Amino acid sequence: MTMDSGLRDSCPECAAPVAPQDRFCEACGRNLRVQRTPVGGPVTARCACGGAEFDGEGFCARCGRARVAVRDRVEFVLPGVAGVSDRGRRRQRNEDSMAFGRVRGRGVAVVVCDGVASSERAEQASQTAVDTAVDVLLTGLQSGADAEAATADAVTAANGAVARLARPEAAEVAPSCTFVSAVVTDDSATVGWVGDSRAYLVAGTGAARLTTDDTWAAQLVAEGVLTEEEALTDRRAHVLSRWLGADAGAVEPQSVTFMVETPGLLVLCSDGLWNYVPEPEDLLAVLPRGVPPVEVARGLVDVALEAGGHDNITVVVIQLRGGNGS
Amino acid sequence: MGLEFGVEVFQNEYLPQGAGQVDAIVTVTAGGTGAPGREVEPAAAAEVVVIDTSGSMDYPPTKLAAAKRATAAAVDALRDGVRFAVVAGTDTARVVYPNGPGMEVAGPATRAAAKKAVNRLHADGGTAMGQWLLLADRLFAGQDAELRHAILLTDGENQHETPERLTEVLEHVAGGFTCDCRGVGTNWRVAELRRISEALLGSVDIVADPADLAEDFRSMAVAAMGKAVADVSLRLWTPEHAEVRFLKQAAPTLVDLTGWRVESAPRVGDYPTGAWAAGESRDYHLCVRVRPAGVGDRMLASRVSLVDPAGAVLGQGRVLAVWTDDVALSTRINAEVAQHTGQAELASAIREGLEARRAGDAERATARLGRAVRLAHETGNTDTARLLAGVVEVQDAPTGTVRLRRQVADADEMTLDTRSTVTRRIGRA
Ligand SMILES: [Zn+2]
Ligand SMILES: [Zn+2]
Repeated sequence: MTMDSGLRDSCPECAAPVAPQDRFCEACGRNLRVQRTPVGGPVTARCACGGAEFDGEGFCARCGRARVAVRDRVEFVLPGVAGVSDRGRRRQRNEDSMAFGRVRGRGVAVVVCDGVASSERAEQASQTAVDTAVDVLLTGLQSGADAEAATADAVTAANGAVARLARPEAAEVAPSCTFVSAVVTDDSATVGWVGDSRAYLVAGTGAARLTTDDTWAAQLVAEGVLTEEEALTDRRAHVLSRWLGADAGAVEPQSVTFMVETPGLLVLCSDGLWNYVPEPEDLLAVLPRGVPPVEVARGLVDVALEAGGHDNITVVVIQLRGGNGS
Repeated sequence: MGLEFGVEVFQNEYLPQGAGQVDAIVTVTAGGTGAPGREVEPAAAAEVVVIDTSGSMDYPPTKLAAAKRATAAAVDALRDGVRFAVVAGTDTARVVYPNGPGMEVAGPATRAAAKKAVNRLHADGGTAMGQWLLLADRLFAGQDAELRHAILLTDGENQHETPERLTEVLEHVAGGFTCDCRGVGTNWRVAELRRISEALLGSVDIVADPADLAEDFRSMAVAAMGKAVADVSLRLWTPEHAEVRFLKQAAPTLVDLTGWRVESAPRVGDYPTGAWAAGESRDYHLCVRVRPAGVGDRMLASRVSLVDPAGAVLGQGRVLAVWTDDVALSTRINAEVAQHTGQAELASAIREGLEARRAGDAERATARLGRAVRLAHETGNTDTARLLAGVVEVQDAPTGTVRLRRQVADADEMTLDTRSTVTRRIGRA
């Protein structure tokens, strides 16, 4: 390790000093190029007994109790990307999950999954899916893989992992979830999805929806059978036509890639948000301005909560630099 | 040299609110079952055969003759290169072979010389087994062999030594070597040999007919030669405020290891298990008392590891506790735990029944042995059921209705006593 660097930083794992060009922490071996949200989702930092040391399987080294997930309200923040997930006001559990990570010098990968409420262990399904998929996307960013191909690989891996959670004797309630992802570099972004979780692009004074819902209602709109307005109130509005899970078969995501030319925001969300602000202009009207991504995400979640919070709400906001970055 | 150990845990991890006792059967299986390319190299071994040459071995003289043939059979079963010695025990102990100090390397010439020396033995003197064990311990101490195994044969009681002295010796030599004990005839004490075999992590058995001794010695030596790794400990991590109520080897034989715990770190205790052959499998019944947590909480009640003397972890498993208000979950009884609990109760019912019988308490003997008959029936322990039938007349096994037999052969009673700790696993898919 060189000792002359003025840009000394510290390891996020063990706080040992590291230089900007170091790829791994010399003290604990942590990969310094990759930063990501915790695998397995949000967990308490301290055990109920006060202990803060956990073994590799998440058991307290003092009292043996398993580390508990605290999913009711989750906030994750990394440079340039932040997410908030909330149980809402009506549901017993938060079955949405989010995971994201950042590869230094390469870009950001984000995944949001919404557990299907009628399936069993839906929160396990969504957590497994985001963990599996974000790993694949971060590996892709590190190796410089094509983002659309990496997105398809991530969906295949996540679908397989969620399918393995199913009990053969209870196929009709096999754990399942939706999927929406983003892979963002300095000059381009790729969004992939399966199901009705959405992505919106907000830039300057305009906004656009990047995804089309995989629901029966949306399909009927596309075929001209229903109008958009009719679809919103149709009983099939939220019935998915595609999802991840043992009963989903082989799944390929829809995806879209675009060049990022101007600064803006990319918003990934579950239907707990977009139910209240379906159109891009609705979203734009309530979007907090001039604040960091985490404040934007909190503000949007508050909008959904104030409107009733009927479902779990998850919002991830990614800062788009545009051009050569800044 | 490294064997990997598979650790499987059988338990019902669900506990009702407020409960704190966690029972689990931990099945430990040493890897390397001889699959092609995975054969396990035998470890360096040393063997000492200790035979009783007290005066009683001449009554009848067939006993000493059989002991000589058995020792020869054991010596013949040693692998070339194994260090070995033969000790003759009376109220003192002496090395019969080799002539010089220390041990000799097994080979055609040394085996022949050892057998010749054994053949010259004659019976004369008393019995002080502690002296025999101390000599064996000194012989092993001069060797750097990883596996250190002894065979001890006696035909009588430990008359020329106090029980306290034997206890001292056992505490001194425990961990130095493992020892399988055999009693020939019916004038030795089951409890005495069991104490020795348990302290030295070996087996105990009766060889009522001297003619069977040679085959028994041969198979003990073969088994000792088959061991691949020595001095393996079972390491238990338990959480704060938890207590290991007991740790018992539950199969193939019942051995209580609870008292052999050595603290190796805070909340961590090691229990000796001796030497393992590739493919060998044993069950342990672990009972831990933990401080109850809340409904919905999940706890690691114990982490079970197999460790070598250097502390390297050879295998690992975990025993869990999950508190639930779902009665259907918490009242489920794990079949493995039930089986071994039944067998442990069977062993103590037999021991208590035989003790009462010896003390002339016919009522208690009938009740305890009747209970044993019923448990043997329930746990499918047919060998024990057959041995029980030699001591009691079974009228109805399912209810344990029995009558004590007036005439019971000593050999039958002692066989039942020694084999009461041999257990049976339930069939697993
Ligand atoms: Zn570090
Ligand atoms: Zn704790």
